Amino acid sequence: MSKQINVALIGNPNTGKTSVFNALTGLNQKVGNYPGITVEKKEGICKLPRGVKAHIIDLPGTYSLNASSLDENVVIELLLNKNDKDFPDVAVVVSDVENLKRNLLLFTQIKDLEIPTLLVINMADRMSYKGISLDIDYLEKHLETKIALISTRKNEGIDNLKNLIANFKDLSITPCINASEIDQDYFDNLRKAFPNQLLYKLWLVITQDVNFGKTDRNKIDAVANFKTKSKGDLKRLQQKETIKRYQFINNVLKKGQTIDVTQAKDLRTKLDRILTHKVWGYVIFFVILLLIFQAIYDWSSVPMDFIDTVFASLSEWVKNMLPNGAFTNLLAEGIIPGLGGIVIFIPQIAFLFLFIAVLEESGYMSRVVFLMDRVMRRFGLSGKSVVPLISGTACAIPAIMATRNIENWKERLITILVTPFTTCSARLPVYLIIISLVIPEGHIFILSYQALTLMLLYLIGFISAVSSAYILNKILKIKSKTFFVIEMPNYKLPMFKNVALTVIEKTKSFVFGAGKIILAISIIIWVLGSIGINSNYNNAKVIVNQKINENGFNKIQSLSLQNKQERYKSSLIEDHDNITKNQISDSIIYKTPLFKKAVINDEIASLKLENSVLGYIGKAVEPAIKPLGYDWKIGIAIVSSFAAREVFISTLSTIYSVGSEIEDNDNKTIRAKMESERHQLTNKAVFTFASGISLLLFYAFAMQCMSTLAIVKKETNSWKWPVLQLVIMTTFAYIVALIAFQFLK
Amino acid sequence: MQDTLAQLKRGEKGIITDVSSIHIPLKLLEMGCLPGNSVQLVQLAPFQDPIYLNINGTHLAIRKETASHVLIEKTGT
Repeated sequence: MSKQINVALIGNPNTGKTSVFNALTGLNQKVGNYPGITVEKKEGICKLPRGVKAHIIDLPGTYSLNASSLDENVVIELLLNKNDKDFPDVAVVVSDVENLKRNLLLFTQIKDLEIPTLLVINMADRMSYKGISLDIDYLEKHLETKIALISTRKNEGIDNLKNLIANFKDLSITPCINASEIDQDYFDNLRKAFPNQLLYKLWLVITQDVNFGKTDRNKIDAVANFKTKSKGDLKRLQQKETIKRYQFINNVLKKGQTIDVTQAKDLRTKLDRILTHKVWGYVIFFVILLLIFQAIYDWSSVPMDFIDTVFASLSEWVKNMLPNGAFTNLLAEGIIPGLGGIVIFIPQIAFLFLFIAVLEESGYMSRVVFLMDRVMRRFGLSGKSVVPLISGTACAIPAIMATRNIENWKERLITILVTPFTTCSARLPVYLIIISLVIPEGHIFILSYQALTLMLLYLIGFISAVSSAYILNKILKIKSKTFFVIEMPNYKLPMFKNVALTVIEKTKSFVFGAGKIILAISIIIWVLGSIGINSNYNNAKVIVNQKINENGFNKIQSLSLQNKQERYKSSLIEDHDNITKNQISDSIIYKTPLFKKAVINDEIASLKLENSVLGYIGKAVEPAIKPLGYDWKIGIAIVSSFAAREVFISTLSTIYSVGSEIEDNDNKTIRAKMESERHQLTNKAVFTFASGISLLLFYAFAMQCMSTLAIVKKETNSWKWPVLQLVIMTTFAYIVALIAFQFLK
Repeated sequence: MQDTLAQLKRGEKGIITDVSSIHIPLKLLEMGCLPGNSVQLVQLAPFQDPIYLNINGTHLAIRKETASHVLIEKTGT
């Protein structure tokens, strides 16, 4: 007998199922996807008493075994498929002590599948506060199960739970209810047709659209075709079943649970009154959003500056320590700056996920849904679209997956289509660096101009999402029944462990997901930049030296020399308090030969870049983007960022590394490199207010994320919608950026 | 004519007497919106829609349109 047992955690949403999972597995967990679909699969390992190991799956939350979404379907598929390698030896149903009645509905359904089932009653710490008392022995006897009364918040009862899981063989598998009583004739026929199958399982197969593994398919198809009843009749039977289950549960709880309802006005009522108030509700929501943006901008700047400097020095260090050669260059100019371009955004992304996790955990998110539904409906969206639109500020991919609980297909489709307009964290790198380059520092009240600009960009994203929803709502001719149900969970103080694990998990998957693309693109960009396309590439050094020997420095080169001297001068003044004018000019004269050499090297490097494959690509797109205020180097970055937006910065940093072999004596961060970038012919700064705003707007609207397009294809099951998104959003972005630049320049 | 859930005012309570099965999603029934259960209107969202209910101890919000298909008998506040 194998020592490892399969345990499935099942339960209603908001019961603390994930807390139980975290308590059992700790950091021994991994998050992946169910094969072929994008539903998140969380699994982990837990050591039980007597050396037994449990493989634990945290199944998506569901109210019953009647699936109405892809996530819920996963639960049923697993429970009905004995051949699945994850098929549970024991099902652990997690319930919340305050909603025991509703939670037990799912419990009785699972019991009827004759799987050994254990009942966890969580949040036991709230019992006395709520005046609830339970007769555990009575409940165990009548529900024919073992009960673990636990509190994940206080970390109580977990060991007992582990014990009960380990002793799963003692659990009874007697069903709670005889479901066939709801229509005896029908179930009798069913039994005759499929004598070897569990009756309740057959019933579930008939009422659901369940996908099975290949082995079961033939058998199950036959069952699914066993209809004799119309859809409406089946639905009526399902209702009868639900009522019957509630009757059973009510009877059990009548004796097993007593609630003393003398508690007058609890925290929920008070908080709800404020948080869903017609004025204060919106004000508070807006203030929370404002706080989030200020935090992302302000609090993360310190670790970000630090990371930026570390990667710049690392690059320099590699260059100095390793022998010269193609590999060193690839490492120092391609891989390290490319990686730096993604690592730097970890602080911000972590903050964003932190806030979203706290809002979800505390129960506040449901209030926002409630508050916004009426407003959102005017735009063809649902209150539930708020969740995707907010989590879209982290990443559009999970956001589009989060649309699954929107019941109405039209509202859901519109939400999917407009979510990519919200400012995702991949846009953040581009926004932050460009804002810091072109928006002046300074404050209005307590908000900095730069933070305000960022806020404005988020607002633009949101407004364009909502207004395109409005237009789509008018254009799309889809009729679908409107309905909307959302649970309003109790307010809870978010648990540190849950929030921390979510933040770590999400940040990790973002960094590794995006990191792969960025690394690949950085290497490609570097390689393309290092392959010469004509003889000028290899002879660059000779050509430049020859020109300068014959004609001396031309206008641009002298200007660039002056720039270097000016910058050196200001750095001297900054670093030394009591430096005299004479000392400065002496020092500049002394350094000038070095500066000249640097100017010549820059010239060589940029001549090389221009004559590389990369340069040719950039030059090819330049005519199209010149009216927007971008040069060919930005063009390369824009082309590569159609894979993923955040590639923009790392591409530029790779290009600028390739483009200047010897730096001034100080290390250069990405931002400094961008700041000193000049147009080749005019020596004007590349990143000005006009081109900066134009870039910001382009990134605000353009659809530049292959992963999002892939997920839209998957969720809508058609290429039509992602292709439309790509074409319409990008065209719109181009036009807006064009207008902005032409007005501002 | 019988009252529906959509006609409850804030704080008012009732007992569910019937649900129109065609218009009510199964999910709502599973959450406890069944004949015989008690219901209280906890809060109205701005613009009076959706409505926030306490059905048999479960707190949930639904739209007025759906609520109008649930028949109730008022039992006061």
